[in-house]
Amino acid sequence: MSEAGNAQRAATIAVLVENEAGVLARVIGLFSGRGYNIDSLTVAPVDDTGRISRITVVTSGTEMVIEQIKAQLDRLVPVHKVSDLTMEGPHLTRELALIKVVGAGDSRVEALRLADAFRARVVDATTESFVFEMTGAADKIDAFCALMRPLGLAEVSRTGAVAIARGPRGLN
Amino acid sequence: MSAATKPASTDAAQMMSGAEVVLRALKDQGVEVIFGYPGGAVLPIYDALFQQNAIRHILVRHEQAAVHAAEGYARSTGKVGVVLVTSGPGATNAVTGLVDALMDSIPVVCLTGQVPTHLIGNDAFQEADTTGITRPATKHNYLVKKPGDLARVMHEAFYVAKSGRPGPVVIDLPKDILINKAPYTDAPDTPHRSYRPRTEPDGEQIRKAVRLLKAAKRPIVYAGGGVINSGPEASRLLREFVRMTGFPCTNTLMGLGAYPAGDPLFLGMLGMHGTYEANLAMHGCDVMLNIGARFDDRVTGRLNAFSPGSKKIHADIDPSSINKNVPVDVPIVGDAGRVLAALIEAWKAEEAPQDKHVLTSWWRQIDEWRAKDCLRYRQEGRIIKPQHAVKRLFEITQELKRETFITTEVGQHQMWAAQYFGFHQPNRWMTSGGLGTMGYGLPAAMGVQIAHPDALVIDIAGEASILMNIQEMGTLAQYRLPVKVFILNNEYMGMVRQWQELLHGGRYSESYSAALPDFVKLAESFHAVGMRAEHADDLDRVIREMIAIDKPVIADICVAKDENCFPMIPSGAAHNEMILGPDQEGGVAGVTDEGKVLV
Ligand SMILES: Cc1cc2nc3c(=O)[nH]c(=O)nc-3n(C[C@H](O)[C@H](O)[C@H](O)COP(=O)(O)OP(=O)(O)OC[C@H]3O[C@@H](n4cnc5c(N)ncnc54)[C@H](O)[C@@H]3O)c2cc1C
Ligand SMILES: Cc1ncc(C[n+]2csc(CCOP(=O)(O)OP(=O)(O)O)c2C)c(N)n1
Ligand SMILES: [Mg+2]
Repeated sequence: MSEAGNAQRAATIAVLVENEAGVLARVIGLFSGRGYNIDSLTVAPVDDTGRISRITVVTSGTEMVIEQIKAQLDRLVPVHKVSDLTMEGPHLTRELALIKVVGAGDSRVEALRLADAFRARVVDATTESFVFEMTGAADKIDAFCALMRPLGLAEVSRTGAVAIARGPRGLN
Repeated sequence: MSAATKPASTDAAQMMSGAEVVLRALKDQGVEVIFGYPGGAVLPIYDALFQQNAIRHILVRHEQAAVHAAEGYARSTGKVGVVLVTSGPGATNAVTGLVDALMDSIPVVCLTGQVPTHLIGNDAFQEADTTGITRPATKHNYLVKKPGDLARVMHEAFYVAKSGRPGPVVIDLPKDILINKAPYTDAPDTPHRSYRPRTEPDGEQIRKAVRLLKAAKRPIVYAGGGVINSGPEASRLLREFVRMTGFPCTNTLMGLGAYPAGDPLFLGMLGMHGTYEANLAMHGCDVMLNIGARFDDRVTGRLNAFSPGSKKIHADIDPSSINKNVPVDVPIVGDAGRVLAALIEAWKAEEAPQDKHVLTSWWRQIDEWRAKDCLRYRQEGRIIKPQHAVKRLFEITQELKRETFITTEVGQHQMWAAQYFGFHQPNRWMTSGGLGTMGYGLPAAMGVQIAHPDALVIDIAGEASILMNIQEMGTLAQYRLPVKVFILNNEYMGMVRQWQELLHGGRYSESYSAALPDFVKLAESFHAVGMRAEHADDLDRVIREMIAIDKPVIADICVAKDENCFPMIPSGAAHNEMILGPDQEGGVAGVTDEGKVLV
């Protein structure tokens, strides 16, 4: 097989599914059962009736594996649409994180200053802690967490990525 | 398609018990027979069954057998097979059958009982998480939690089981849903909300394929189970296409019967135990047309050495089968029958002439490979060669001109059946290919015989496999099903013994069939007829007697104990590294340490 055939790439895949019992288990079971990677996975209903949910999966693999993942997702009975946002043109990816930093004195001041620079909002504060809320691409959140580590990073909760194509183009 | 023409009006819906809704839906789906086994959770359905005549229930002796019987029924008729089992152990016993149907793309609807909705999750008596357990074992599954969903789910399950790539569907039915009143509605005539598999091929892809095929110097048609799934018309079109082009054609194990055996353009089965000519033609071809086959590892051998110089066209109804193992040049998504019809039309429309001259030299090469006569064996002396037993069985059934259906268990006997029994039509050959389930053949034969009461149905079995569902002899007796069990008794798990001989230094660890029953007496105790062929001179007589008797029969054919099944491509070897037989020079070529880790 050629070099290109073995190259790995990341893929952000959006999946519209019928919002029925077990549908998430089907998607997750597909990934674990067939040995595909899940870097992150998010899900929530997205239409006004609550019948359709949107799953965003971030995965990686060779081109052939990613094509397989899409085909395997598409053949699940409750799946309406599968879209490889990474391949289908420019798109936005965002993730929400809640980040708890515990400390006092200089490090506390430094944490607040960096949070400001990263546009992280303070959503909870005590005399010895902050909870920052931050939205952005995953690498921005990674970078912020790395900076907080020596300053008393205590806990992180992240949603995983959600994504959408730029411009008027829609999924359905 | 206008959605509004016939609304499935719930106002007009008739109210009846959930169990009655289930039976009504089965009847409206055209179901005539179901295979099942009762228990507490499904008693309401059994009660409703008792009070009607439209649907016949066949009482099996083990739930796994119910699913295999439904598979045999489905594969031999093209209809959906239906199973009914109770909750907990009933459902878990069915799992092997479900995975078997999933791997071989067989349409089955399996109804499982469940504890009442308010007890789900409480570890109630005979509760199992059936939808959880069967999620990866089915094409799709449902748990019905509301009476209003029941009729819709029943109809949808049939649609899902038989549309696109067929497969098994489970409907888990809590007991309160079966007892309480529920509305009955007809199958909707609107398309399914999300599942609409593509059947019509793309015209441009068809034209691309035809351009490649017309210019091919060394073409081959590799057709599989998808042609059988598509229905008998697809097999007819395959014949038409192959004869029109003059191309050589090979079938997978699951595709046997799609192209008539014995036809000069047929190269036999390909793959691990396929013919020399089929495998070398696959290896050396320049254009390969795969119709409804899935590049299974039993077929491709070592992937990086698989048909290295060819352009590949792959037509499959399931896009996930395409580019899964083998990258292809022209993917075509569609139903095998529709694809073949389109190819025939486009071939006729394409102006470029076919170079008959190069095709003739390709055939000359193939004929040289054929001349090896790779399936040759020597029946000498009194010990019956297993190959000879199958060959005689085939010849005698041909002579008698009875409509014949063959099922098998799993092992060497299965491969000999594939090699030496010729199939001229689709849907006459039922075998467990993908999962390789020992114990499949007897219950599958039962299902076939139910569907074809007057036909000759034979399970070609091994003495080890047959014991895995031997209890079904009781079902044969109860329903007077004259299934013939033709045991190639080599007193070994022959296929295991063969691998141990070739790959594990002849250390025959746990592969001897010790303490076997006396199959003649065993048959008699199940109200069947038992007979035995001990020597070559008994063989024809036993076969003829077996066929003549209008009752279930076990024929115990004592065959050579140490015979190996050849040709063979060892796991991890390439098509051109096949072992032809014991007489071959140079020992076992192609067996590598890398290959040894493969199954
Ligand atoms: C002991 C043992 C030895 C074996 N040795 C061999 C061997 O030597 N050679 C061999 O061939 N097999 C062998 N097998 C069987 C093997 O494991 C596979 O089951 C078999 O090769 C698969 O056949 P297939 O490719 O035709 O696919 P199937 O499993 O029949 O799959 C059908 C394909 O067609 C597609 N399809 C379904 N419906 C349609 C439709 N309507 N239109 C178009 N496409 C459709 C499906 O999506 C799927 O991709 C062996 C099995 C056992 C147990
Ligand atoms: C349920 C199950 N268990 C184990 C196996 C592994 N296996 C494949 S063939 C075989 C031996 C079959 O022996 P027999 O039925 O006598 O057939 P033979 O090979 O001798 O013809 C075994 C154990 C299997 N395929 N299925
Ligand atoms: Mg045996």
